Amino acid sequence: MNAITPKPKLPVLDLRGVNMVSRQSPATMVAEKVNWTVQVGEFWVVGAPQHSGKTDLLMTLGGLSSPSGGEYYFLGEAMPIFEESRLPHRLRLGFVFDGGQSLGQLTVAENIALPLRYHRGWSADEIESRVQELLEMTELMPWANSSPANVGRSWQQRAGLARALALQPEVLLLDSPLTGLDARHTTWWLAFLAQLSRGDRSVGGKPVTLVVTADDLRPWRNDAGRVACLANRRLLVLGDWHAVDDSKEKVVQELVAG
Amino acid sequence: MQQAGATAIPAPPPRARDRWWLPRCYSDLIGRRVFAFLLALHGVGAFALITVGVLLRNLRVAQPVMRPLIAREIHRAGVQLLPMFFFAAAALGFLVIGQTVAWLSRVEAANNLLGNIMVIVVVRELGPLLTALLVLARVGTANVVELGTARALGEVEALEALGIDPVHYLVVPRVVGMAVGVFALTVYLILGTLVSGYLWVFLQDVPLLPGDYFRELAGALSYLDFALLALKTCAFGFIIAIVTCFHGLGQPLQLNEISRATVRAVGQSTVACILLDALFISLYLTVT
Repeated sequence: MNAITPKPKLPVLDLRGVNMVSRQSPATMVAEKVNWTVQVGEFWVVGAPQHSGKTDLLMTLGGLSSPSGGEYYFLGEAMPIFEESRLPHRLRLGFVFDGGQSLGQLTVAENIALPLRYHRGWSADEIESRVQELLEMTELMPWANSSPANVGRSWQQRAGLARALALQPEVLLLDSPLTGLDARHTTWWLAFLAQLSRGDRSVGGKPVTLVVTADDLRPWRNDAGRVACLANRRLLVLGDWHAVDDSKEKVVQELVAG
Repeated sequence: MQQAGATAIPAPPPRARDRWWLPRCYSDLIGRRVFAFLLALHGVGAFALITVGVLLRNLRVAQPVMRPLIAREIHRAGVQLLPMFFFAAAALGFLVIGQTVAWLSRVEAANNLLGNIMVIVVVRELGPLLTALLVLARVGTANVVELGTARALGEVEALEALGIDPVHYLVVPRVVGMAVGVFALTVYLILGTLVSGYLWVFLQDVPLLPGDYFRELAGALSYLDFALLALKTCAFGFIIAIVTCFHGLGQPLQLNEISRATVRAVGQSTVACILLDALFISLYLTVT
C-alpha cells in the first residue's frame, strides 16, 4: 500500500547564496553569500552590532532592496516583487521600521487606515472598525487623532506596528523594535510579539512568522526561539540558544553579554 | 611671528591667489556644466515618463485615497493662491494695460493695434509665464521641501513596504493638481488683468468705451489662442510638478541637502518654462 506522504511546507524565507547591499549606497556590501531558511511560525532574532547593516538586511528580506547576487524566495516566489500582478503575494509580508516611519501628513489613525483604504475595497465603517481594533490592541487610542510628530518615539513605533498588522500579514519583519524603549514598553513589546507568534485574533488567529533585529540579544532569550548574528558581512545562522551559548564567535558572545 | 613647532603653510603663488575664484580651465567648466545639464535632463525626462506611465496605468487604482489627495493639491496649487493672483492681476493691469492704453490713445492710428498688443502681451505671454513662476515660488518650492523631508525620514520606504507606489501616492496628485491649478489661475489672472486694466484706463480719463475696449480684445483673439493657452498652462504645471518632485523624491537626500535641491529645482523649472514658452512661440508663428 502506498503511503500518502504529506506535501512539505514551503519555507517562508529561503535565501541561497544571497549578497546584500546597502540601500543608501549600493556599492557597500552588507552580507555575502547568505544561506538561510525561515520556516512557518518561527520566531527569529538577528543580533548585530550597531551600524552593521541590520536595516539593509531586513530591507532585502522585505523586498525593498534587490540582492546583488544569489536567489531569494518568499513563500516560494522569487523576490523582490515589483509587478502589480504579484502585489497580493508581497502583502503577505509586513514591515515595522525602526521609529515607525509614519507619514507626517496623516494622523496616527489615518496612517493605520492607509493600507486598508489603498488595497482593500472595504466600506468606511469596516475600515474604522479595524482601525479601532488595532488602536486598542496597541494602546494608541489617546493619540489616534494626533500627528505622528506630536507622539513620542515609543508610541510612533507602536503606530508602525499597528499599520503593518492592518493587512493581517503572515510574516512580520521588525527593525530593532526595542531600541530606545523604557522597561514598560520593552515588556509590552516582548509580550505582544510572543502573542503574535502563538497566533492572535488581530491577525486571524494564525501564528505569525517573526524576524526581528536587535543589538542586544538578552531580552529575547525567553521569546525568540531561533537566533542569527550579522557581523563582518557574514550572517551566522546559529539556530537555538544552546548554539548561541556554545558559540566561540566573539561578536556572538558580545551580543549575548550585552 | 610664527610660533616654534608650527608647520608653515606655503603661500600660493600670487597669480593663482589673485584669481582663486576663476576655474582652472574654461573648457573644463563648460564641459562639466554641459554634462550636468544632460544628466539633469536625462533624470527629469525619465522621471516624467515614469510618472505618466504610473498615472495612466493606475487611473482606477485606490480612488478613495487618490481623489481627496488630488482635490487637496488642486486646492493648494489653485484656490489657496487666488488672493495673491487677484493682487497680481490688479498690478499687472496697471503696469501693462493702464499705461499702454493711455499711451496708445494719444496716437490715432495706433488704436487699431490695441487688441493685438493686449492679446500678445497678456494672453499669450505674460499671463501664463507669470502664473507659472508664481506657482513655482509658492507651491513648487514646498513640493521639494515636503518630498525631500519625506525621503530623508524614510517615509518613501514606508510606502513601498505597504505596497503603495510612492510615485502614485506622492507625485501623481501633485502633477494633476499643479496642471489644473496653473491653467485655472492663468485664466483668472488674464481676466483680472483685462478688467483691472480698463479700470486704470477709466481712472486716467482716457476716452475709451468698455464696448470698444473688449471688442478690440475679442477681435484679436482666435481659437488657436484658447487651445494654445490651455496646452501651454497645463504643460507649465506638469513641468514644474515633475522637476520639483524629481528633486525632492527622485534621488536619495539627507535633510541638510534639501535647501540645495530646492534651489536647483527652482532654477531648472524656470529655465524649462522659458524654453517651453519659446517653443510655443515658434509653434504659434509656424501655424499662423
